[in-house]
Amino acid sequence: MERHILVILPHPDDEAFSSSGTLASHIHKGTPVTYACLTLGEMGRNMGSPLFANRVTLPTIRRVELEESCRAIGIEDLRMLGFHDKTIEFDQTRLTQKVEELLEELKPSLVITFYPGYSVHPDHDATGAAVIRAIGKLPAADRPVIHCIAFSKGCENEIGKPDIINDVKEYTEHKIRSVQAHKSQFSLGQMVTGKSVDDPAVRQRLGTEQFWTYRM
Amino acid sequence: MQLIDQAGVQHILDRLKGQDLYIHLEMTNGAYAAHMDKSRHTASTFIKNAEIRYNEGSIAGKGPYRVGLKLEQGGWVYSEGLTHWEDSETERLVMAGHDKEGRLVVALQLSREPF
Repeated sequence: MERHILVILPHPDDEAFSSSGTLASHIHKGTPVTYACLTLGEMGRNMGSPLFANRVTLPTIRRVELEESCRAIGIEDLRMLGFHDKTIEFDQTRLTQKVEELLEELKPSLVITFYPGYSVHPDHDATGAAVIRAIGKLPAADRPVIHCIAFSKGCENEIGKPDIINDVKEYTEHKIRSVQAHKSQFSLGQMVTGKSVDDPAVRQRLGTEQFWTYRM
Repeated sequence: MQLIDQAGVQHILDRLKGQDLYIHLEMTNGAYAAHMDKSRHTASTFIKNAEIRYNEGSIAGKGPYRVGLKLEQGGWVYSEGLTHWEDSETERLVMAGHDKEGRLVVALQLSREPF
């Protein structure tokens, strides 16, 4: 059992498809989870369907959605770090310092973040890079295990297959509620191409989460 | 957001003329454009809370609309593809262009206070 899990991701909703089932299962076993979400996704293109947000109201709406997603998963310690969407790679000094403070305070046994270079969005790659840089500064014996999310096309040709495959079928309901919390961003119907969430193929897809252990 | 009322937008453009304003100007095709479709080119740009003053500003077109602002310091602000505005805003202008799926493609906002 993990002692404490620290999740560091840049956008509200990054947790939903990638790791909500895994986090719910750890929380069910009694492991505390801290989710540090760097931005409020204020530059997102999705404004709800039908439209209910705009550029000005989006951050407030996404903050509430993020809180609801965390409730669905069972996360009690949510930190919103106040960075601006799309600027993570240009704010590295502040980010590395923030990550170091979190590591010092929480001393997590496991950190979940994006795999730098294989996570498509520049904010994702920069978040993973800062986390790995901060952890790399710790003495080897004090370093938490790092599980990375990766999804760039062809990433398996370079970093191999994911070594952590979590069966989270028992937590599918948590996951669906986490996804649905992000109403301005996702329509679950679209994500599962119109099939019911009770469809076995959809359940299979939602029931597995995969990570790559980062080797320093 | 509501579909643009051209006269309503022009009314606010006239009210904000000649004042110190903050601008948010943006265009994006989404951070995942090339990830979803290799033939596409991911591009986005924004400028947030830069300060401007314009002495001529108007909205043109039949929808989607264009807006041009002639700046006092001699430059221009131009935006095309605007479809929606927030009609409850009386002291600032919040406009955007949304594609057929409802995603934001372009945004132009003006306010006396920073966004």
